[in-house]
Amino acid sequence: MRYVEEFRDPVAAKGVLAAIARVADEIGATRDTPVHIMEICGGHTHAIFRYGLDKLVHDGIEFIHGPGCPVCVLPMSRVDECVELAERPEVIFTTFGDAMRVPGTRKSLLQAKAEGADIRMVYSPLDALELARRNPEREVVFFGLGFETTTPSTALTIQAAARDGIGNFTVFCNHITVPPPIKALLDDPHMKLDGFVGPGHVSMVIGIHPYDFISETYGKPIVVSGFEPLDLLQSVLMVLQQIRDGRAEVENQYARVVPEHGNPVSLAAIADVYEPRPSFEWRGLGEIDASGLRIRDPYKQFDAEEKFGIGYANERKPAPEPEGCACGAVMTGRMKPTQCPQFGRGCTPDMPLGALMVSSEGACAAYWTYGGARHLEPAE
Amino acid sequence: MCLGIPGQIVEITDEARLMAMSDVSGVRREICLAPVAARPLADLVGEWVLIHVGFAMAVIDADEAAETLEALRGLGEAQETMEAMAEGQKALEGSS
Ligand code: SF4
Repeated sequence: MRYVEEFRDPVAAKGVLAAIARVADEIGATRDTPVHIMEICGGHTHAIFRYGLDKLVHDGIEFIHGPGCPVCVLPMSRVDECVELAERPEVIFTTFGDAMRVPGTRKSLLQAKAEGADIRMVYSPLDALELARRNPEREVVFFGLGFETTTPSTALTIQAAARDGIGNFTVFCNHITVPPPIKALLDDPHMKLDGFVGPGHVSMVIGIHPYDFISETYGKPIVVSGFEPLDLLQSVLMVLQQIRDGRAEVENQYARVVPEHGNPVSLAAIADVYEPRPSFEWRGLGEIDASGLRIRDPYKQFDAEEKFGIGYANERKPAPEPEGCACGAVMTGRMKPTQCPQFGRGCTPDMPLGALMVSSEGACAAYWTYGGARHLEPAE
Repeated sequence: MCLGIPGQIVEITDEARLMAMSDVSGVRREICLAPVAARPLADLVGEWVLIHVGFAMAVIDADEAAETLEALRGLGEAQETMEAMAEGQKALEGSS
């Protein structure tokens, strides 16, 4: 019960933990025959480690860390394309700070910036649009990255650019969607998944029904969850109760923020500006059908790939993952970060080799930060 | 980057563009209200919203806002967002 005292309501936390233990016992979950629950979202991964939830819950529950950190699933080849764009003399390349340190084949954006590329960290795509307004003689490219939570922001920004006739603004679109990789993981015969904790803020935009296939086709429970430790514990309990009762449903633990049908304005903006790509490359998962978005023809002038002839608008150069890196296996839950030979040796948050070590939402960084070197001891 | 941060709408700054000034833990930041603009903009002044990369994504109640802020502080996420906002401001000021 290491961290329970840190919870705002320790009594409630203890109550939920006890209920989790009871149901876990009822369904016969043990350390050797655990229930595998995937938390899809990187924010959840971070919270689980920050609060030590993996240690607090019954030891018959094993968390599998899903592919829900947009920085972590970005393949090396996309980072290379970013660097290529950023190094063009006319370009001001704008990005969220999270992406700066992801290693590419040649270099990261941080290294490119140190070598003179004009790269600026922004908080919002609206900042990038404002930069374009203020620098009409330059080409401002925004690195659009993220799942459905972030996609409406670039869609609305592109609509604003179109409305205001801003000709020197483009988006390098790397938006991806949550359902296709989950389907890919469920189709993988090596994956052992008994249920899911779903990403709350993605559902704030898309609602809960895009997950219907998980229960209807694959017969697995999923509970859309908030981000506080108590939210997560309650969601784990709801997943276990479904398993115990032989139910497979899409439940909404985070109804205080997540409307059943999502946010209509955001969904309309996404549908207006974007369409699915035939396929998109994910780090560790490879190309997945219809898992990424591209900018529709009427907004083509805002598509950096089209304007500069790179990425999917051209011959792509796939880049292999770095030597000795197990990111792919960790990403798909087949390996624990600590089992990667590079963990804590060739790869630490200060000197990341793989993307899972870069972002605080990456499983490797979370293990390292909250478990640290103790994971390196052979006894672990 | 997907967690967002609660802020309170202080005033509408550009009715046509659906822009408003928000107060995020004492820092002022202009945000876009489009996703929550189903109701009249004036009614949003004083409301708490969940802000994600400069857009108000959902209206939340004040208790939810306080609890979320506390959870984000625990995760170091609030600090990170405030730094990102400051960085964004710097990027704009550093221009031409
Ligand atoms: S420790 Fe580094 S190289 Fe190994 S899986 Fe994690 S991020 Fe990839």
